Amino acid sequence: MGKHNFGYFFHEGLSNMFSHGFMTFAAIGITVACLLIMGTFSLVAVNANSLLQDLEQENEILAYVEEDFTEEQARALQAQLEAIPNVVSVTYISRVEAMERFTAQYPEEEMFQDLDPDILRDRYSLKIRDLKQLSQTKEMVDDINGIAKVNAYEAVAGGFITVRNVASVVCIALIAILFVVSVFIISNTIRLTTFDRREEIAIMRMVGATNGFIRWPFVYEGFMLGLLGAAIAFLLQWGLYEAVAQGVDTNDALQLIDIISFQELWVPVAVTFSIAGILIGVGGSLSAIRKFLQV
Amino acid sequence: MIRLKDVEMVYENGTKAIQGITLTIEDGEFVFLVGPSGSGKSTIIKLLTGEVEPYAGRIMINGFSTSNISERQIPLMRRTLGVIFQDFRLIEKKTVYDNLAFVMRAVGASSKEIRQRIPYVLDLVGLENKAYSFPTELSGGEQQRVAIARALVNNPTTVIADEPTGNLDPERSLELMDLLVKINALGTTMVVVTHEKNLVDRFGKRVVTIDSGHVINDSVGGYVGGHIHG
Repeated sequence: MGKHNFGYFFHEGLSNMFSHGFMTFAAIGITVACLLIMGTFSLVAVNANSLLQDLEQENEILAYVEEDFTEEQARALQAQLEAIPNVVSVTYISRVEAMERFTAQYPEEEMFQDLDPDILRDRYSLKIRDLKQLSQTKEMVDDINGIAKVNAYEAVAGGFITVRNVASVVCIALIAILFVVSVFIISNTIRLTTFDRREEIAIMRMVGATNGFIRWPFVYEGFMLGLLGAAIAFLLQWGLYEAVAQGVDTNDALQLIDIISFQELWVPVAVTFSIAGILIGVGGSLSAIRKFLQV
Repeated sequence: MIRLKDVEMVYENGTKAIQGITLTIEDGEFVFLVGPSGSGKSTIIKLLTGEVEPYAGRIMINGFSTSNISERQIPLMRRTLGVIFQDFRLIEKKTVYDNLAFVMRAVGASSKEIRQRIPYVLDLVGLENKAYSFPTELSGGEQQRVAIARALVNNPTTVIADEPTGNLDPERSLELMDLLVKINALGTTMVVVTHEKNLVDRFGKRVVTIDSGHVINDSVGGYVGGHIHG
């Protein structure tokens, strides 16, 4: 009896699935919906996080030095700027260098080419570690005597942080709710099968089948329901993601957003969907037959 | 061997179904269990199959004590028993062969064992040419033979038959009882619950009469005791 009869359990589980077509459809449907919603919010969170990381890597605060400071005075500020906790690197850019960069940006514009560097200020380019502390860091830079003005893209960074946080919270809440709903629906589907097969179960018990042997076909049924739901959800998620990615890519207003390619994400998405689908399916089946086997 | 010692059974509603029964059935014996409705016969069957636990007393079945049996051992104990019901309890959507294969698979038999055993058992009950019929295509007597084949297919040491002739006409009942006697002669212990006095008298086997939860007679020969109402 020790051997696990895979073929038999698989066959029984499969025939259980077909015995209640509508409920099977409903169970797979709700699993797909659960995984799709979970997946969508997770992918939004993943993309927001990736954009934040990009911003953090590229993030630059420009601190402009007072106009009446000499270059020597301006360079003396470097030590104070480096002492600010969230600052990773400090680069001094003289007004001459700044002008060179500016004219290099617009090589076609003749009117910019002969500008006097004195119209610009000496400045520092600061890279920061944690984007969440951007405001505090900006204030600390602003407070230094000799810094006239600080430029930082707080609104952009704040927007992405909000998107990531909202997506994460919604994701967790929806996962919890939909997980419970999916388990409940799958559990009821399998309960119908057990009811349909109560005579067979009674006979199996009577002749000495173990609870494990009786339970396995229903566990396989739940497993297959969950896995099938995961496979369908994965395909739909893929299509949806590609459509949104294409939409963002072709929209001029959203040029700043760089969507991660699905090719980079499909493995974790497939693995997560499979694990979640199997957990929902097997969890539902175990909850359905637990009571049935207590006698 | 089956042994009941001072067994009492009280249901949750307070009904005293069995009141201190002591009974021993040796290996290879043929025993009729008779008594009127509500006498406690069905409760004894439930106690023997482990469906209910005794309120008091001890029950030993083929080496298992049902009073302190673990949940894991109950299936093993049930594998020593074959049970036949009055209403056959066959699975209608499965063929005769599949009904038997189903219970063999349930105890872990291999496909080879199933292929070898089923023709032998069907031959024993005289249904060798009905293997691929569905239960609904068979007569009542044939269906009960399938039920007997199912009870025997896992080679139990004891067969318990609960009113096996209850749904059959007298001629089929006699044939069926002959078959049970034949199976008993091959070494299987046979416990037959019945209310058919004619059959009991005809076979001259050991008869245990139950009434109001007590054994009121235990003798060889025929039915002794009060009224039998079925």
